[in-house]
Amino acid sequence: MAQYAVLIYTHDSAHDPAATAADTEPCDRHSDDLAASGVMIAAYALTPRDMATSVRENMITDGPFIDSKEVVAGFYVIEAPDLDAALAIARTNPVVGDGGGVEVRPVHSSYLRPATE
Amino acid sequence: MSDSAAVEAALADAHRREWARVLAATARVAGDLDLAEECVQEAYAAAVRAWAGSGVPDNPAAWLTTTARRRAVDVIRRESALRARLPLLVEPAGEPGEDAADPDAGDPTARDPDDRLRLVFTCCHPALAQEAQVALTLRLVCGLATPDIARAFLVSEATMAARITRAKKKIAVARIPYRVPRQAELPERLRAVLNVVHLVFTAGHTAPSGPSLVRADLVELAKGLTGTLRELMPDETEVRGLHALLLVTDARRATRTDARGRLIRLADQDRSRWDRAALSEAEALITGCLRMARPGRYVLQAAIASLYAGAPTYERTDWPQLVALYDELLRVWPSPVVALNRAVPLAEAAGPEAALNEVERLERDGRLSGYQYLPAIKADLLLRLGRGGAASAAYRQAMDLTANEAERAFLADRISSIRMS
Repeated sequence: MAQYAVLIYTHDSAHDPAATAADTEPCDRHSDDLAASGVMIAAYALTPRDMATSVRENMITDGPFIDSKEVVAGFYVIEAPDLDAALAIARTNPVVGDGGGVEVRPVHSSYLRPATE
Repeated sequence: MSDSAAVEAALADAHRREWARVLAATARVAGDLDLAEECVQEAYAAAVRAWAGSGVPDNPAAWLTTTARRRAVDVIRRESALRARLPLLVEPAGEPGEDAADPDAGDPTARDPDDRLRLVFTCCHPALAQEAQVALTLRLVCGLATPDIARAFLVSEATMAARITRAKKKIAVARIPYRVPRQAELPERLRAVLNVVHLVFTAGHTAPSGPSLVRADLVELAKGLTGTLRELMPDETEVRGLHALLLVTDARRATRTDARGRLIRLADQDRSRWDRAALSEAEALITGCLRMARPGRYVLQAAIASLYAGAPTYERTDWPQLVALYDELLRVWPSPVVALNRAVPLAEAAGPEAALNEVERLERDGRLSGYQYLPAIKADLLLRLGRGGAASAAYRQAMDLTANEAERAFLADRISSIRMS
């Protein structure tokens, strides 16, 4: 088994702080499905592009690092035996076929701070 | 023939015909493409000595595979403690591990044809850039050396070596599996393989630059690859379609240029010198494929090429039927290049004005900017409509877009013939 990160590229994240459950329903349902199937080991939904701040050497700017039509709206890590299997899982993301897409990258290593009391 | 000459000939033959078989079977045991390549190269080198001593074996591929696999197993045993390889993800075909345990068990190529298919599908995995797919296929399936591949695609040896290394690394790191795709994925995956073979053929059929129009070596490699694919997937109609397309296109090779290497147009080619045997072989293939439901891209392209080639003269080509085939092709493959090529029979079936409208529509669409055949076809149509000035300008535009000397000379000729008329 190997780990793959799936980066969600779409016009913008649906997860605005003011978003209702109905706004984020397609994403959340997909996330629940992946969690239930046991292939997903971590997931992060990000807030919309307007909340992003980019940092360069002498400059802090408002907005995503790369100004483009799509932004990373969230990412998650799945476990799969090979790339074909990972791509098959990634392809089921609702942004695919809704103007967006996903990027699949093999994970090299990871760190999660152990939970503290 | 002296013994050493006989061995040399047998080896050259085994290299041309059996490379993919030997490498594919070795890769499964080696679990690493680089190691498999090293071992196969060493096996060919060992054969020079061994075959000179004891004669050419009855089954050279089996001999080479056994030798290469033994080396692979030796290296793995020796190195397992020393270096962590990035393993090739081999999906076991039979019981797992049986081959690695005993490289000599049974006929080492008996698992064939699956191993060669694994190799082909791995080289042409859509997760690899198409130029990398082409390079890997030529290197691993055809056994071409990196400098030769670099020359064929007009990049430096260093660039090509880096391209191949990067692709192999991605296969290992991203875990592109060494297996034949499952039935559900097969159409999409097969399309990638056929596109790679077609690209190799096209690069040979009209060399992107250089003095001559055709690079026969690439054409032969593409035909060889198609032959292998047909052997491996005899029931796939698109494989047969591609084979037919290559046969028809290449049947005209001898007449596409004159003795001085200048380009001759289809209308002016000497049809009596076309390879009739190849044309009728293609026609039989196409007829069989067209009977199947929903012919695919390559079957339709072959049918179009065959219809062009089957006419007794250019003038007596069945233009309305060609337009109909192009319409069918556009349905399965909505490419602007197909739409442009459709303009050629359309000009005959519906007149140059209608075809020119179509070409101008494609020009406005913009996706074909930089494609030399758009202004070239437009120029032909303008000329037929008596608009010589505009035709000259369009020919010049086409000339600026091609680096192939034969094509440039042809276009220059067209321009000067307009001036003289």
